[in-house]
Amino acid sequence: MPELRELTYAEALREGLRQLMEEDERVFLIGEDIGVYGGAFGVTAGLIERFGAERVIDTPISEAGIAGACIGAALTGMRPIGEIQFMDFVTLSMEQLVLQAAKVRFMFGGKASVPMVLRMPGGSGTGAAAQHSESLENWFVHVPGLKVVMPSTPYDAKGLLRAAVLDDNPVIFVEHKLLYKTKGHVPEAPYVVPLSQTKVVREGAHLTVVATSVMVGRALQAAEQLAEEGIQLEVIDPRTLKPLDDAPIIESVKKTGRALVVHEAVEMGGFGGEVVARIAASEAFDYLEAPIRRLAGLDIPIPYNRELEYHTVPQVESIVREARKLVRGEY
Amino acid sequence: MIQLSQDLIQRYHDLIETLGPETLKAMLQEMHLIRAFEERAEQLYMQGKVHGTMHLSIGQEATAVGAANAMQEGDYLLNHHRGHGHCMAWGSDPNRMMAEFMGKETGYCRGRGGSMHIADVDANNLGANGIVAGGIPIAVGVGLSIKMRRTSQVCLVIFGDGAANEGAFHEALNMASIWALPIVFLCENNQYAMSMPVQKAFNIENISQRAAAYGLPGVTVDGNDPLAVYTAVSEAAARARRGEGATLVEAKTYRYKGHSKSDKQAYRSREEVRFWQENRDPIMRFSQLLLTAGLISEAEAAQMRERAIAIIDEAVAFSEASPAPDVADIMDGVYA
Repeated sequence: MPELRELTYAEALREGLRQLMEEDERVFLIGEDIGVYGGAFGVTAGLIERFGAERVIDTPISEAGIAGACIGAALTGMRPIGEIQFMDFVTLSMEQLVLQAAKVRFMFGGKASVPMVLRMPGGSGTGAAAQHSESLENWFVHVPGLKVVMPSTPYDAKGLLRAAVLDDNPVIFVEHKLLYKTKGHVPEAPYVVPLSQTKVVREGAHLTVVATSVMVGRALQAAEQLAEEGIQLEVIDPRTLKPLDDAPIIESVKKTGRALVVHEAVEMGGFGGEVVARIAASEAFDYLEAPIRRLAGLDIPIPYNRELEYHTVPQVESIVREARKLVRGEY
Repeated sequence: MIQLSQDLIQRYHDLIETLGPETLKAMLQEMHLIRAFEERAEQLYMQGKVHGTMHLSIGQEATAVGAANAMQEGDYLLNHHRGHGHCMAWGSDPNRMMAEFMGKETGYCRGRGGSMHIADVDANNLGANGIVAGGIPIAVGVGLSIKMRRTSQVCLVIFGDGAANEGAFHEALNMASIWALPIVFLCENNQYAMSMPVQKAFNIENISQRAAAYGLPGVTVDGNDPLAVYTAVSEAAARARRGEGATLVEAKTYRYKGHSKSDKQAYRSREEVRFWQENRDPIMRFSQLLLTAGLISEAEAAQMRERAIAIIDEAVAFSEASPAPDVADIMDGVYA
C-alpha cells in the first residue's frame, strides 16, 4: 500500500488556494504582506510568483478596506479570499463584515450575494500576548448572514477552504497559529469537505467531548490517556460553527449520557454555551447522567508570560481532569 | 429672483448644445420627481402610514441628477442613507421605491430594507447604506473587480460630509489611489452631519482638498447646479474610464429638512434654511436656466411639477394596493 501523502496545515491551505486560483480566474487573494513576504505565517508563500500581483494583492494596513474590497468585488462577480493577518485585527473590519457583508443580501430582499472568504489565524500559545492571540469566532457566530468555519486538521483545512470559496455567502475562515505546522494526510486532487457537517473524530462510550480548532487535537490526546484508564471519550469536531450541524452532537450525547465542550475562546459568551444549550434543549436531555460542562479560556486577556499563557486556555491535562471527573461522577 | 441665468447660459453654452433640450428637460423632470417623492414620503410619515424613519433629500436634487446623468449604462452606484434621490436619478421605478418605503413585498427589497437600503441590483445600483461611510470601502472592491474583469465600467460612490471624517474614507481613498481604481468618490456636502456643521467638523475650506493627501485629483462644485455636478462627475468618470484612476468630487448643497424624522433643528436658524430655499434652490435655478435658454415655457415648467406629483400619486396607489411581506417568508434571503 502506498504511503499517504502528508502536508502541513499551512501547506494544505496553500495548495487549496493555488488550485482554486488555477481553476477560476474570479478567485483572488487580498491582504497584508501576502505577496513576496508570503503572509505573516507563510500560507501564501510563492503564490504571487505563480499568479502575479494582480491576483495576490498586497494591501496597506487597512483592515476595513480589505473587508470592503472583498465585499465590493464579491458583489460584482469575483470570488475574493481576504486575509486578516491576525484574528485580533479583524476588530478593525467589523463594521464591514457585520453591517455590510452579512446583511446586504437580506436587506436587498435576497437579490445580491457576497461570495467571499476571509481567512484569519486566531489563538494563543505563541507568546504574542493579548493583542495577537484572540479567539473571536463567537462574535461572528452571533451574526446572521455569516458562516464561520474552524478547521482542525490539514485535511479539513484544504477541503473546508474549497467549500467556503465555492459557497455564495460570506465565510469567516478561522485558522490557528499552532496548527500551521501540524501534519496530516492531504490528497493532492481537489476535494470538498462540506460546510455544516459535524464530524465524529473518535468514537467512545462514556463522554462526548465537543472541541474546536486546536482543542480537537488536545481532546484526542486526552482520549488516548484516558483510554488507558478505561474511560472512552467520543471526540466531536463541529468544523463549521455556523450554521451548526448539531445532530451528531445530540446523537452522541444520547449514547454517552455526558458532554464536555472545549474551546480556547473565553467561556463567558463563548460558542460552548450554544452547544450546551442545544444539548440541554434536545431529546438528549433525558439521557444525561451528569451536568453538561464547558472547559474554555479564562475570562482574561491572553497574558505574555509562558506559564500564565499556558494556564489561560484548556490543555490536555485539564481536559483529562475534567473528563475524568464527569465520567466518575466527581463533579 | 435669481439673476444668474444669463451668466450660466454663457458658461454652459457648449454643454447645453451637447446635452440637447430633451436631456435637459428630463433632468429637470427628474429633480421634480425626487422632490415630489420626498414631499410625499414626509406626508405619508406624518399620516402614520409609514412605520420607519427616513432621510429626505429635498434641496439636494441637483447633485443626484447631475451625477447620475454623468454615468453610463453598466456603471455601478453605491450611495448613502439619504439616498432616495440617487436611486430615482439612477432610473429606479418610483412604484417599487415607494413600495419599499412603505414596507411592501413589491418593493425593491421586498420590504426588508426600507428607506435606508433601497437597491436595484439588476441596474447595478448596489444600494443605499445606513452606515456613514459604509459604502466607501465597498466601492474599492467594485473598482478592483472592474479592473480585474477588464471592463470599462466606473463605480460612483456617493457619501455625505460626515463620512469624510470616518476612517473608512481614508483607507478607501488611499487604496483607490495606489491601485488607480475606476471610482468617482462624490462627497455630497449638505453642510451638516446630523447636527454637526462642517465648519466645526473640518479645519479646511473644502473637503475635496483631502484628495491631495491621497494623490488624487479633487474638485469642489456647486451641488445645487446639476450642470456643474454633471460636468465634474463626467470628467471624473472619463478619467476613470481612461484608466487614470479615481477622483474626489465635492458637491456643496443643502438639506432643507431635518436629519431624520425627529430633528428639531436647534443647530441652525430658520433664516439660514430660508436663504437657501429662496436664493439657491436647485429646481428653481435650473427651471430658470431652461426658461431663459428658451428650452421650456412657463407652462411646461408648471406641468413638470404636476407630472411628478401624478407619478408619485400612482406610486402611492401601487404601494397601498401591494401586499405586505408574508411572515411565513421571514427567513428568506439571509443566506444564498
